[in-house]
Amino acid sequence: MTRIVGRDVKRIEDPALLRGRGRFVDDIAPPGLLHVAFLRSPHAHAAILSVDCSAARAMPGVHAVLSYADIAPLLAEPRLRVALPSPAYRQTLDRPILAMDEVVHVGEPVAIVVATDRAIAEDAAALIEVEYDLLDPVADAVAALEPDAPRAHRTAPHNLLAEFTLAYGDVDAAFAAAPHVLRESLDQHRGGSHSMECRGCVAIPDAVEDRLTLWSSTQTPHVARRMLCDMLGLAEDRIRVATPDVGGGFGPKLVFYPEDAAVAVAARLLKCPVKWIEDRREHFVATTQERDQRWDVEIAFDDTGRILGVRGEVIHDHGAYTARGINVAYGAVSAMPLAYVVPAYAMRCRSAVTNKVPVTPVRGAGQPQGVFAMERLLDAAARKLGLDRAEIRRRNLVPGDAMPYATPLRTRGGMQVVLDSGDYPRCLQAALDRAEWDGFAARQAAARAQGRYLGIGLANYVEGTGRGPYEHVSVRIEASGRIFVATGAAAMGQSTHTMLAQIVAEQLGFDMANIEVVAGDTAAAPLGLGGFNSRQAVLAGTSAHVAALKVRERVLRVAATLLEAAEADLEIEGRAVQVKGVPAMRVTLAEVARAAAGLPGFSIPGGAGPGLAASEEVVIDPMSYANGSCVAEVEVDEATGAVTLRRISFVHDCGRALHPRIVDGQVLGGIAHGIGNALYEWMGYDEQAQPVTTTLAEYLLVTSTEMPAEISIGHIESPTPLNPLGIKGVGESGVIPVAAAIASAIEDALSPFNVHITRVPVMPQHLVAQISPEAVR
Amino acid sequence: MKDHALTLTVNGAAHRITVPARRSLADALREDCGLTGTHLGCEHGVCGACTVLVDGAPIRACLMLAVQAEGAEIRTVEGLASGGTLNPLQQAFTDHHALQCGFCTPGFLMLATAMLEENPAMEEAEMVDRLSANLCRCTGYTNILRAVQAVAAARR
Repeated sequence: MTRIVGRDVKRIEDPALLRGRGRFVDDIAPPGLLHVAFLRSPHAHAAILSVDCSAARAMPGVHAVLSYADIAPLLAEPRLRVALPSPAYRQTLDRPILAMDEVVHVGEPVAIVVATDRAIAEDAAALIEVEYDLLDPVADAVAALEPDAPRAHRTAPHNLLAEFTLAYGDVDAAFAAAPHVLRESLDQHRGGSHSMECRGCVAIPDAVEDRLTLWSSTQTPHVARRMLCDMLGLAEDRIRVATPDVGGGFGPKLVFYPEDAAVAVAARLLKCPVKWIEDRREHFVATTQERDQRWDVEIAFDDTGRILGVRGEVIHDHGAYTARGINVAYGAVSAMPLAYVVPAYAMRCRSAVTNKVPVTPVRGAGQPQGVFAMERLLDAAARKLGLDRAEIRRRNLVPGDAMPYATPLRTRGGMQVVLDSGDYPRCLQAALDRAEWDGFAARQAAARAQGRYLGIGLANYVEGTGRGPYEHVSVRIEASGRIFVATGAAAMGQSTHTMLAQIVAEQLGFDMANIEVVAGDTAAAPLGLGGFNSRQAVLAGTSAHVAALKVRERVLRVAATLLEAAEADLEIEGRAVQVKGVPAMRVTLAEVARAAAGLPGFSIPGGAGPGLAASEEVVIDPMSYANGSCVAEVEVDEATGAVTLRRISFVHDCGRALHPRIVDGQVLGGIAHGIGNALYEWMGYDEQAQPVTTTLAEYLLVTSTEMPAEISIGHIESPTPLNPLGIKGVGESGVIPVAAAIASAIEDALSPFNVHITRVPVMPQHLVAQISPEAVR
Repeated sequence: MKDHALTLTVNGAAHRITVPARRSLADALREDCGLTGTHLGCEHGVCGACTVLVDGAPIRACLMLAVQAEGAEIRTVEGLASGGTLNPLQQAFTDHHALQCGFCTPGFLMLATAMLEENPAMEEAEMVDRLSANLCRCTGYTNILRAVQAVAAARR
């Protein structure tokens, strides 16, 4: 029985945030601070013939205007070498800090202006004269791979960035022998992350020690430090990267960006603090996005609806540079079959280079697309056989008694995918029960009799969480009796501080107010991978648990000596160690820590060595697989194509929940994001690859009025055997099945019109075009 | 650019500042008054993170110039708590897990403060409608609505 873990304790992040006393990156303002504006490319593809900064430099208040030629001598490495390794690459496209002689997407930074305030910096940027020679842009991933397509980079041999096939079983034989084969062509789009806080950084040089601190709203501070050391040619002890409060991440803040490097260079050059805060328009053209995928896929199945095989081709829009790797494409393709028993599978995937913002993970990281493709095929198969859409899924889900279920799939790191725990059919049934699936046909018929079009749809997903191999956590008790926890994990709103404090408090006195957590600071943790892939509760949580147990053991040994009692008779309660049930016989944590710190010439009590501290990097290579089922109920206005979400029923299993209310919060936020992907969020580009949605008035985020009136979330807890706390990740779960479930529901609502959903976001005009084609001619 | 000396009255305190004419109220609050609780999420009047109250009405501080706010009573998130005690709305936000990263939270708190002052008996449908003025990417709004409802219910 736990007292803190698994309970809805108070979040330690809240009080400061509620009082306006958070410290976000834009709140950091050291004396002498200068401000940055970037000049960005207005063209999707152009050669740079010349850059003239003279007028900008002459402007009062301007301290520096730097183009690539100006910073090149200061760089040990001019490009951001961030690509995760893979044999799938067909070319290398690392981006430069500032454009060299070619720009390849609108928004690519060309020059950095440093001035006394941001407004002056922006005024000066407008005075920089860049002579461009326009080149043909590549605006579409499918067209990019045509033989006669223009090249997105003028010296590249082609636009194929990477190519791989994920396959197992004899898929062609399965299709040849199958009684039924169906094919779908799907166009998927995801849009940006749009954390409410954009990116930003403040570089603070220290001339006395020749060091540089970069405060950055990054999800991966240790990676950022390594990149800065490589690019600036400095040793690790010269650079600290620290994260302040981060106002949401959702994926793109895990990437190391050119702006971070350019700001650091400027601060070193000018020997004073320099800040850059991304504005929302920049976020639309310079922060990575997920975007378009074309799926041409087929399913083979028998007369009972049992899947015999799935195969097809995916074209993935990679954007203009490799800012992370093939992981989004790989995640999409490997997520597709995961919830089901698919005996044979072959998916060829090609990543195409386009003249658009680079693509890297946004909450879900490809998995929503894979799930969408699978669920669309299953709906089509159910329709063909006249089967209930829930029933065809029941017949194909990996059964609960098959766990752990070793799939033939491998992760992008080459490890076998083993579904570690869960009961997918039970989860589906729980969602169906919440949604009153069985009674829906009657509700639908009653509504139709009134001329209203209700529909219901569903989707299942399995999410790979807890990407290893480790996360660093140290726990130590200082002479004050306070407990300090430091980690390489990075917080961006997902309650990381609370999560770690809970786990440590459970072992060291149950007093969360006695715990200080430092997350995302290279000065506090020697190693770290950071926040992405729903991993930190799993990896950092496990390291915190093991480290806290080790410190607990030391505390008890020292206290046993001080109290002249047996360790087994002691308990840590609050800020003291006491004989169980005898609070009068106690010694404070401060006294224990002082004793353990030692005195000159005396031996340390307990015989376990000095100090009360432990560091852990528990290695967990295999991923833990969370799962869930989502049922959406919609009403569609057949005249306008407007979709109203009536109800979402969502049941998920993320193993043991450390804090149920926070888990619900993560799922709710993911659902909202999924609703945006299903119906609203569209990052538009025209034929010249010019972005056409660069404000939040044009790019529609979900607001309170788009949320369904009824959201019901249920939990099933199947602890994973892969870590001692039984935890799986949850941060991305909510988003994964929502677009698929809503598409299924819309198709159901509009079945009298034979409406077929093959793309997201589903826009009213698409629906009207199918409901009454004559009306839109 | 001409600078203007003016006095902003924020949470009852006078701030004597000198700013260029083009400085937004949000920037003036953050940079000249040192009140960084008001956040900027879009600077084009859509996200509502910078919502503050000017003479009782919620406004986008990114769309108002500092020079326009002279003489007005400005209220920001820093003025909600009294001493060490969160006010009922702040308390409801933490009780209902209505914040995650907390970046949009000051804007929502000020928006909801105005809603509840205007009509403490506001119906749920109107609350949902009014809350759609601001954007949040973490919470899905459900818990924000619950928090505001809880405060309204307690006042009825």
